[in-house]
Amino acid sequence: MTSTTLTQRGRAASAARNLVRVAKPGLLPGLLLLVLFFLYPLAEMIRISFADPQLGLQNYSWFFSSEVNVAVTLRTFWTAFAVALICLLIAYPYAYVMSTAGPRLRTILLAVVLTPLWTSLMVRTLAWIVLLQDSGIINDALEALHVGRVPLIRTTTGVIIGMSQMLLPFMVLPLYSVMSKIDPKYLQAAAALGARPLTAFFKVYLPMTKAGVFAGSLTVFVLGLGFYIIPALLGSPRNTMLSALIQQQVGGLLQWGRGSAMGVILLVSTILVLAICLRLTKGVRLGNVGGA
Amino acid sequence: MFRVFLYGLVALIAIWLIAPLFVVVVTSFNADASYNFPPTELSLRWYANFFGDAGWRRSFWDSVTVAFASALLATVVGAMAAITLHRSTFFGRQAISGLFIGPAMVPGILLAIGLYALFTRLGLLGTLQGFIFAHAVVALPLVVINVGAALQTLDPKLEVAAASLGAGKINVVRQITLPLILPGIIAGSVFAFVHSFDEIIISLFIQSPYLQTLPVKMYQSVTHDSDPTVAAVAVLMMLISIGLAACTMLFQPRRTRK
Repeated sequence: MTSTTLTQRGRAASAARNLVRVAKPGLLPGLLLLVLFFLYPLAEMIRISFADPQLGLQNYSWFFSSEVNVAVTLRTFWTAFAVALICLLIAYPYAYVMSTAGPRLRTILLAVVLTPLWTSLMVRTLAWIVLLQDSGIINDALEALHVGRVPLIRTTTGVIIGMSQMLLPFMVLPLYSVMSKIDPKYLQAAAALGARPLTAFFKVYLPMTKAGVFAGSLTVFVLGLGFYIIPALLGSPRNTMLSALIQQQVGGLLQWGRGSAMGVILLVSTILVLAICLRLTKGVRLGNVGGA
Repeated sequence: MFRVFLYGLVALIAIWLIAPLFVVVVTSFNADASYNFPPTELSLRWYANFFGDAGWRRSFWDSVTVAFASALLATVVGAMAAITLHRSTFFGRQAISGLFIGPAMVPGILLAIGLYALFTRLGLLGTLQGFIFAHAVVALPLVVINVGAALQTLDPKLEVAAASLGAGKINVVRQITLPLILPGIIAGSVFAFVHSFDEIIISLFIQSPYLQTLPVKMYQSVTHDSDPTVAAVAVLMMLISIGLAACTMLFQPRRTRK
């Protein structure tokens, strides 16, 4: 049975047969796992947000009436935005060097940037606790330089440092994938036509990397919205983020309805951000984001 | 001049990425019961502490069991799904593919509270089955993505040729498709193992004093005191991850190495 000789109708019939014969048995175990331990728990969270302690919107009206909650939500968005911006500034030159380096150096740089994906989140967070603590080596160095000790741990600065490092691969990979496809002749042409290096960069190079910039920033921002461990360990209760507030409501106060409502708000805002950005960048082909 | 500046900058970034790991290694050899860095004296007492403590040892084996079982489950189920999705065209294929990537897209804390609610009701909190199912479902996208990528590079003519020579559907998959996408399956399963071994957010919610995986025990240790045993555990976890990463490199075909 070759597909080229099939008519349109035959193709539809074959697709239908495919669905029954191939698709179903192969997909069934996966779908079962996803329905039971992914879709159902999320649906349950949404149901609880409207039904606990009683049916209604009380959890949502509580959320928006509390100044603390609104402030935490804004802080969560602001932190994720700052992390995305810092990652972009760091990843851009890094990915550029990767795309112009020889194969040896490129392999090393790739291995180095992937280390956050290969080393446990707990391990890296522990490292930052050691480095950033008030009696840590960074503060010792600052004191030796007569800058004086600065609080780093239990501050938003500490959280941003830890998160940027964790999320950097998600920015470098899409940038590298677009940069490696740019022909250096474009820049030579710009130079030959009299463009200064900076002009050539802004008018020629940067626009060509737009897809990578969007894909990377979006991924980092969305992943950053949901961070929990790093803000919990490197931040303080005073500059908490949405995830920690959810944990506090559900795990600490047993306010399932309120915690779940916050979860729904986090989920909806994540989806909204994705939808808006995908709409804005329509036409820009998003590069391969890769990884997890 | 500009190039020197650029390479210097990249070197600094590389140090920023690597240095924290070095710090953890050094801290694990600290002779004092603190996170002081650099340590004034070195010792192996935190490693001795880890291997001598029944609680840490049990956490280690629980972590290994959960990671192994959940990676196995995710690999079998995920590879089946990826092969099926690759071979067929049917209505809703896009949506189903999206669903299989879903667990990687949703913030971990949301799945954590959802599973916490479900497991409380089913009595799965702090059980091996609970951990295995929860970790398998979040590892599923890693397997589907890796196996899917391997299938993309597979030449469809090979499968057609086998079929035209009289091989049945099952035989084509078993003798042609599976051996050719083996690197993708291995990469996916290793990612799944490492992901489970490191998973912390969901684990924090579904743990109980009877079953705590290593990251959970580390988290609790870090939030309670400054016991450098955590650093020793961190070094052991790093060695396992690096070892597994090296293994997958060996299995990758030369062509796709960059």
